[in-house]
Amino acid sequence: MNNQKAIQVSGLTKYYGETLAVDHISFEVEKGEVFGFLGPNGAGKTTTIRTITGLSKPTSGEVSVLGLEVSSKIMEIKKQIGVVPEISNLYDELSAFDNLLFMAQLFGVPRSQRRKRVEALLKMFGLLERKNSLFRTLSRGMKRSLTIASALVHEPQILFLDEPTAGLDVLAAHSLRNLIHNLKDQGITIFLTTHYLEEADLLCDRVAILLKGKILKVGTPDSLKALAQEGSIIEFSFKKGDPQFFEDLSKRLPEQKVVPVEETKIRIYGGIPSFILQSVLELSQEKGLEMLSVNSIKPTLEDAFIKITGLSPTVMRVEKEKKANVAG
Amino acid sequence: MWRDNLRAIFYIVLKDMRTYYLKPPAISWGIAFPVAWILAFYLRNPRSFQELLPGLVAMTILFSTTAAEAVVINFELRLGSLERLLLAPVSLPAVLSGKILGGALFGLLTTIVVTTGSALILGAHPQVLYLILIVLPSLFAFAALGALLCVSVKEVFEAQTLLNLPRFVMIFLCGVVFPVSAMPKVLQYFAYLMPLTYTVEGLRRSFTGGSILSVLLDSLVLVGFSLIFIYPAFGLLKRKFE
Repeated sequence: MNNQKAIQVSGLTKYYGETLAVDHISFEVEKGEVFGFLGPNGAGKTTTIRTITGLSKPTSGEVSVLGLEVSSKIMEIKKQIGVVPEISNLYDELSAFDNLLFMAQLFGVPRSQRRKRVEALLKMFGLLERKNSLFRTLSRGMKRSLTIASALVHEPQILFLDEPTAGLDVLAAHSLRNLIHNLKDQGITIFLTTHYLEEADLLCDRVAILLKGKILKVGTPDSLKALAQEGSIIEFSFKKGDPQFFEDLSKRLPEQKVVPVEETKIRIYGGIPSFILQSVLELSQEKGLEMLSVNSIKPTLEDAFIKITGLSPTVMRVEKEKKANVAG
Repeated sequence: MWRDNLRAIFYIVLKDMRTYYLKPPAISWGIAFPVAWILAFYLRNPRSFQELLPGLVAMTILFSTTAAEAVVINFELRLGSLERLLLAPVSLPAVLSGKILGGALFGLLTTIVVTTGSALILGAHPQVLYLILIVLPSLFAFAALGALLCVSVKEVFEAQTLLNLPRFVMIFLCGVVFPVSAMPKVLQYFAYLMPLTYTVEGLRRSFTGGSILSVLLDSLVLVGFSLIFIYPAFGLLKRKFE
């Protein structure tokens, strides 16, 4: 395999018993890029990370990292990668400093550099003042930051981030995204899985969209958004929701994709705008539904995701909330 | 690679000693429980206490080595901390060896305190070489038994319950309280299928004298038990990560 790539995956398949978790996926990640893996729960994101990082053996397929085969060179690969799992799993009984020091010891960071490197990471993540605090006493955002810091203590070339901002408040998530930008600027390749489509749009150079263990599309966020731009996207907002109205509208516009975005909002993909507008107006008047606004939408990564997967964005939203509750 | 593994084992042991072994579950099961038993037997009959000493030291080894296994293995499996160790350049057998070695080291410290204290108070003069030959493989055998039972289940409470079963069966069948020779023949067969019997016999020879060959044989059997427990433990833990 070409050693210029940070990660190369070819025909990767993983079964857990009878369950197919990852189904013949192939992709490449360039050195220095931020590569996003997007998909709902059960899409195979975490299984793929576990296989690339050697935690789980593939049923079939080839995986190489920095030109080294995972099946035979995993110990060498581990020295070059840092992994931040979905759950912050450092040791509650150790302080922030001692957690990082333990990781430095495990990864064989030279004794003379350990303390210096730990202090530098604590400073970089704004945790220097809490260096003696036990991990369990830190806030969720601090725990997440420290977990990322622990994955960087051996100065890896590739960083795997599994749902890095799940469960964080807006400010903590924002500062973490800035940090990911900084890491990319330092030349670190970042492999990111996320439920947050807007986060992927902001951070990723390229994304892969997964569903049921298969990669449906790989491309830059802009190229994927362009797919959703093929037709018009019009968003209608009503004073109250009516599921029957949405159903009737779908029947009236069989050529278009009618997607409920929220309880009182729908988006209609494709078609001639004037015809769409007329149809929606007529039906809303028949049903006595008061229309509050009509907007022509510039496609987002979410729109591209909907178009590619056929999933409602509410699926991802509900899962995001669930993730937020378990992460930390 | 072996250097990476040795380094990891060393730091896992240090971390576990610091994080878990001086915590209430380890202290209560590993130190307080055997000491309470020793005191109870001593107060009941101080004159015959010296006869019970090998069995009580054996019990100390058994309880102290297995005291924190459920925490260092099941708790970490549940939290994902054990998986974190595997993200470092360290093999799975090395991680489990670190966990077993931590238990054995804690057992060694406890056993040194209990044995030295009891020997001084009672004026006993055990043969140190015999003690080493028996205590060291016993520590590994019981720490490995603890690890095997812990990796067989998921939850901490399941592991603790499962650990109590062999512990209490061995206390009553392996010569800790009653000599094996005084038990019915069928129970004697059972007794010789359990590692604690060889620990008690070896310790008795250390305190009362006996041939080095017999001690070596006990020691070898205990090494055998260690291997019998360690290999399936590796296999079971590996399966959890497949």
